Amino acid sequence: MSNTQRIISLYGLMAILLIIVGMFQSWTLSLTILNLCLISAIMALGVNIQWGYAGLFNVGIMGFAALGGLAAVLVSMPPVPGAWEAGGIGIGLALLALIGTVGLVMVVRAYTTGWTRKLASLAVAIAGYFVIRAVFDPAVAAIESFDAARSGYLGGLGLPIVFSWLVGGVFAAAAAWLVGKIALGLRSDYLAIATLGISEIVIAVMRNEEWLTRGVKNVSGLPRPVAYEVQLQQAPWFIDLAAQLGMNPAFASAVYVRLSYAILFAIVLIILMWLAERALNSPWGRMMRAIRDNRDAAEAMGKDVTGRHLQIFVLGSAVVGIAGAMLTTLDGQFTPGQYNPLRFTFLIWVMVIVGGSGNNWGAVLGGFLIWFLWVEAEPVGGWLMSVMTSGFAADNPVRQQLVDAAPYMRPLLMGVILLLVMRFAPRGLIPERTAPAMRRK
Amino acid sequence: MIDFLNALVVFANFVFIPGLAYGAQLALGALGVTLIYGILRFSNFAHGDLMAFGTMITILVTWWLTGMGVSFGPMPTALLALPIGILGAVAMALLIDRLVFRFYRTQKSAGIVFVMASVGVMFVLNGIVRLVIGPNEQRFADGERFLVTVRGFREWSGLAEGLAIRLPVVITLVVAVIVVAALFWFLQYSRTGKAMRAYSDNEDLALLSGINPDRVVAVTWIIAAALATIAGVLYGLDKSFRPFTYFQLLLPIFAAAIVGGIGQPLGAIAGGFVIAFSEVTLTYAYKRVLEYLGFEPAGLVQLLSTEYKFAISFVILVLVLLIRPTGIFKGRVL
Repeated sequence: MSNTQRIISLYGLMAILLIIVGMFQSWTLSLTILNLCLISAIMALGVNIQWGYAGLFNVGIMGFAALGGLAAVLVSMPPVPGAWEAGGIGIGLALLALIGTVGLVMVVRAYTTGWTRKLASLAVAIAGYFVIRAVFDPAVAAIESFDAARSGYLGGLGLPIVFSWLVGGVFAAAAAWLVGKIALGLRSDYLAIATLGISEIVIAVMRNEEWLTRGVKNVSGLPRPVAYEVQLQQAPWFIDLAAQLGMNPAFASAVYVRLSYAILFAIVLIILMWLAERALNSPWGRMMRAIRDNRDAAEAMGKDVTGRHLQIFVLGSAVVGIAGAMLTTLDGQFTPGQYNPLRFTFLIWVMVIVGGSGNNWGAVLGGFLIWFLWVEAEPVGGWLMSVMTSGFAADNPVRQQLVDAAPYMRPLLMGVILLLVMRFAPRGLIPERTAPAMRRK
Repeated sequence: MIDFLNALVVFANFVFIPGLAYGAQLALGALGVTLIYGILRFSNFAHGDLMAFGTMITILVTWWLTGMGVSFGPMPTALLALPIGILGAVAMALLIDRLVFRFYRTQKSAGIVFVMASVGVMFVLNGIVRLVIGPNEQRFADGERFLVTVRGFREWSGLAEGLAIRLPVVITLVVAVIVVAALFWFLQYSRTGKAMRAYSDNEDLALLSGINPDRVVAVTWIIAAALATIAGVLYGLDKSFRPFTYFQLLLPIFAAAIVGGIGQPLGAIAGGFVIAFSEVTLTYAYKRVLEYLGFEPAGLVQLLSTEYKFAISFVILVLVLLIRPTGIFKGRVL
């Protein structure tokens, strides 16, 4: 079967799976799954850009997605004027002090050498730390105590939330640039450990810095890019439309809202997919694969391997950041506590490996399929458990333990899928196109 | 003078002793990571969950023992259950190696493929642990709580501040010293240990001189799984057992192994203490210590909030990467 046929048949199968859920469970559930499938597909695309094109092993996807989520808050929430008056100046001064410290360290490093250089830059950094803390702490206290029950943070810019998708990409790209500067160029294990670390830190910052994100108090009620169900149900044109289609207005509005999200997300996915495919099939993409397959040869040909790796690491992370912002938009709230590496990092990896690393169509399909399995594993797992344990009495502790534990079938299932695919179909469902196949085309 | 002693006691009670125990636990974990890196040449992301798995078996056996009415006097019953926990983790590690890693070894796959496979193993172990024992916190330390209580110390010394020495801390240190000594004796003097070091130094040369690679790999897994279980049980006795916390321990453990110099057992121990003491000293609020020393600090004098302890491991890791990529003891460069 050629790759094109594979793509068409597997995507068709995916559509049928979603339709089955729609028919047997509910259409709103099916559309909800579809929306998250689209977001997962974008994340998988971002990871595929890093892993599939360049062979970079990033296990900090969670952190980049969370940065996207932060962007959604900072862009879309209305500013809290009282908090700005209480501590805005202090935060600004702290930021200036931070920039000043960094600048001073750089100046010191430029004019000294040897041990003086190390000691002097350390001394400047420590002094800077105390200056920053002296300005920063009172400002934070003032902001966090301002109307703590409802705001207690600075708020955002009050711009349309769709704009945050772009900003989320920029945030993630900036973070990726920093990590990449440090960890790229060393052996790949280091990048994995470094990204794992940075993602934990990003989450720790978001849970802790209440003045910025409200921390574990969460930011809820983010503005939506699409209509609200309640407004739709009161709008005359919508009631007419629902009546013409013969649908209950409540159900119709739920479908309408989910469909509008799906269309928005699909537009983003299509744009990114088009760009990614163009990049992959350009000389740049060929160069990336050459670097991936034989780094030394590419370096000998005069390619700047570290520079290209940094570039692609930033691009892939930016795509993940975009998806993270979209996810927070869909949720309508920002909850730092929900970020869990299994769900936000390793699941995305399973998507890419299962779908077919190096092939964008494969990664996107993996995003759809694995998210679908992840959602459906719980009801199916619960059903399996109750069937398996049906021999026991209903109040048997073993049975209760197993039925309660059904949600944890998910990581087990994902691990087994990942290991099996890596072992028996390491190229994934839709394998990367190799050179002869491209020539035939 | 009395004030100085009081300050010292507060410092020892809240910084030095906890740091020592945590450092020993990290060191045991990092030893496993570093051995696997030295022999099998990949960073094992499943190590935290292997710790959780071994600890889980130990906890289950502990429950069974206490249910049978067995106890270990003033010591925690978990110590009696520990050998069975180790056996369980060793069996699991060998099974995983047989089912997953051996295939990639014979294929001579790239290192990164091993790392990804270990991510898959991590998922599976994670799922098994949560299926069996659930995701919640479990406390399984029984027996005596304290060797020295705060009141006992105060009455003995006449100081205003008390020093508590908890039994799990003492057990941690004693067990860690015994285990490390045994491990070093094994690596240094036993035939298999020498074979392991030779294999780690130069694989081809070791194979040429007739060392059986399967045996070396199996022994490595046995040692790593045993160390992981011991580290996990000690950590659980000292604090508590929670699967997610054990997963998160991965970062400080990796940091410890890399800071010490990966592939270097001695470095793993040093790295464990470096990471542990940095975490504890930077996240402790020094207000009371400073008060005894005659300062009147306005705030808590806490350099970093405890939420940022992972950031500390990470920053140390980055500094080592930038300044001395081989780590303290000149390990390999990843």
